Amino acid sequence: MKLELTDEQQMIQAMAREFAESEIAPIADEIDRDERFPHETVKRMGELGLMGIAVPEAWGGAGSDMVSYVLALEEIAKQCASHAVVMSVNNSLYGWPILTYGTDAQRERFLKPVAGGHALGCFALTEPQAGSDARNQATTAVRDGDHYAVNGRKLFITNGRESSFALLFCQTDKDKAHRGITAMVVEKGTPGFSVGKTEDKLGIRASDTAELIFEDCRVPVAHRIGDEGQGFRIALAALDGGRIGIGAQAVGIAAGALARAIAYARERKTFGVPIGEHQMIGWKLADMATAVDAARLLVWRAAWLKAKGRRCTLEASMAKLFASRTAVQVTNDAIQVHGGYGYIREYQVERYYRDAKITELYEGTTEIQRLVVAREVLGGAE
Amino acid sequence: MKIAVLVKQVPDTATQMKVAGTAKAIETAGITWIVSPYDEYAVEEALRIREKRGQVEVVVMSLGPDRVKEALRSCLAMGADRAVHVNDPALAEADTLMAARALAAVIKQEAPDLVLTGRQAIDDDMGAVPAQVAEILGWPCAYWIMEEAIADDGKTVRIGRQVEGGLEIFDVPMPAVLSAQKGLNEPRYPTLKGIMGAKKKEIKDVKASDLGLAAEAPQLPVVALEALPPRPPGRIIPGDVATAVKELVRSLREEAKAI
Ligand SMILES: Cc1cc2nc3c(=O)[nH]c(=O)nc-3n(C[C@H](O)[C@H](O)[C@H](O)COP(=O)(O)OP(=O)(O)OC[C@H]3O[C@@H](n4cnc5c(N)ncnc54)[C@H](O)[C@@H]3O)c2cc1C
Repeated sequence: MKLELTDEQQMIQAMAREFAESEIAPIADEIDRDERFPHETVKRMGELGLMGIAVPEAWGGAGSDMVSYVLALEEIAKQCASHAVVMSVNNSLYGWPILTYGTDAQRERFLKPVAGGHALGCFALTEPQAGSDARNQATTAVRDGDHYAVNGRKLFITNGRESSFALLFCQTDKDKAHRGITAMVVEKGTPGFSVGKTEDKLGIRASDTAELIFEDCRVPVAHRIGDEGQGFRIALAALDGGRIGIGAQAVGIAAGALARAIAYARERKTFGVPIGEHQMIGWKLADMATAVDAARLLVWRAAWLKAKGRRCTLEASMAKLFASRTAVQVTNDAIQVHGGYGYIREYQVERYYRDAKITELYEGTTEIQRLVVAREVLGGAE
Repeated sequence: MKIAVLVKQVPDTATQMKVAGTAKAIETAGITWIVSPYDEYAVEEALRIREKRGQVEVVVMSLGPDRVKEALRSCLAMGADRAVHVNDPALAEADTLMAARALAAVIKQEAPDLVLTGRQAIDDDMGAVPAQVAEILGWPCAYWIMEEAIADDGKTVRIGRQVEGGLEIFDVPMPAVLSAQKGLNEPRYPTLKGIMGAKKKEIKDVKASDLGLAAEAPQLPVVALEALPPRPPGRIIPGDVATAVKELVRSLREEAKAI
């Protein structure tokens, strides 16, 4: 067994850490408070190669791998979970499926600018009635010559307002149920495609979560990714990678909160000693640190499998399940360690606490991850 | 045009230094090593010159053991074209003059138009190597530069060096050795592409014998390292504010002689 990062991975981790500490950390509180999408730093992430980490250079990416991706993502999430989700969706939910299922012409047009950080992409699967039950798609695409006419509504789409490209899932054959779901790229500005309301959220407030509306929107057949009916499989495969990314985001959120809790426990004195020396606080910190490491190792294993091109549905779900629950627990404990100060914005752990919760919801809720894990361990694949 | 950049690998600024058992070196276990920050300004400046002029090769050079490769690789990841690593146990105890001789020998072989480096390495803060290298090569040398502009013909470089209260401007004939002061520029992060590309770039290993260096002993051998004495504890002056302030002023004046 070898549990060591390569020199390159260490350099990527160090670069992401330095960048996040010096350019993201200073604005993280403000963009959360003002719900401001951080255009400047997202652009910088693109320049540094963070928006297409595992995409080959030929398609505008950095030509690295999934392990480097989770390392970098954790470092970004340690400072700001909003930046992390923008990066995660762009890399794994949009970039990866276009790279994997797109043609060269599609990669040239839809992937290159996004992997290079010049434009953003989003992943539009969820609908009002189709969240966990993602098969239950109501958005339809009806073939009309060399176009599809798309009608429907997508909800809660990360990067929805800011994206130039949407990877859209819709029904091309209702009779075939989820085997009639098809993926296609819709460009911002296409007539009939508009952005509805953006949500006011508990956490990740600097990232935009928007409604996408399609009204007789004509999408060229050439924009279809994969075959008709292949869409749901593409979505699930993208979510395997996506869940590893959300796992890394969750580890980053937890690790960021843990670091603050440790620093505070060294500094704050009650009853004449630093609070870390009270057994109950020391014990809490020990559990937090252990959980963060365990979550990180699960994420690394899933990323390593994915980088090797191996199947990782089980491992990705386990990583996401455990890391997201860890993030919620550890950020909660980090507030506890801070006492009343933890409830005050200035001490930042309240932001981590609010941000952590989303990791238990998107890209498959905790319940859905358990469903996947249970199905996998019981041996009944789909 | 070719620019040589001399870099040194040093312990991270956050390191808690400990004296090793031998009392002649620091404890290196567990240290994170970085490129000395002043040398990073030098690398950045070389890259900016290349971006401005095109047709510039940036060669980074360093002296030290195997671990120094990491420092060279991070310079390559920032964008330097290739590296030369003087890696020879015979130079393990090198003082600044031995280091300067070795680096000057590499520079002679490479024949650059300009040598850039940091004003000092942040480990032992000697700041001697730039001047010694320049002296050995017989080239002009300017320390603490805050700005530079190479003439179009590439024959001179106009530099501004930091002096008390302002800048001192010189036109320096090239080749020359310049040492960077903080403020010369803001070093870039390596991009992911840069990091991925760095492993394809050459790091040439050279030994003292490749450079024609005669065996020598350091003229400045380290006799001993001593840890700083522990800081005396602070003193809290009790009492109401008016009396405490009086006592504070008195002790600052009479005991600490600070005011
Ligand atoms: C901030 C944010 C960003 C998002 N970004 C995106 C995005 O970029 N793209 C996208 O397509 N979607 C996105 N989503 C949607 C997200 O993936 C869904 O909200 C999520 O999958 C849950 O679906 P739902 O909200 O409809 O909840 P529901 O499916 O209605 O679930 C309600 C509850 O019932 C539970 N439940 C449902 N079914 C089962 C079951 N079979 N067994 C046990 N329990 C069950 C759930 O776990 C949950 O606790 C985002 C959501 C949010 C809030």
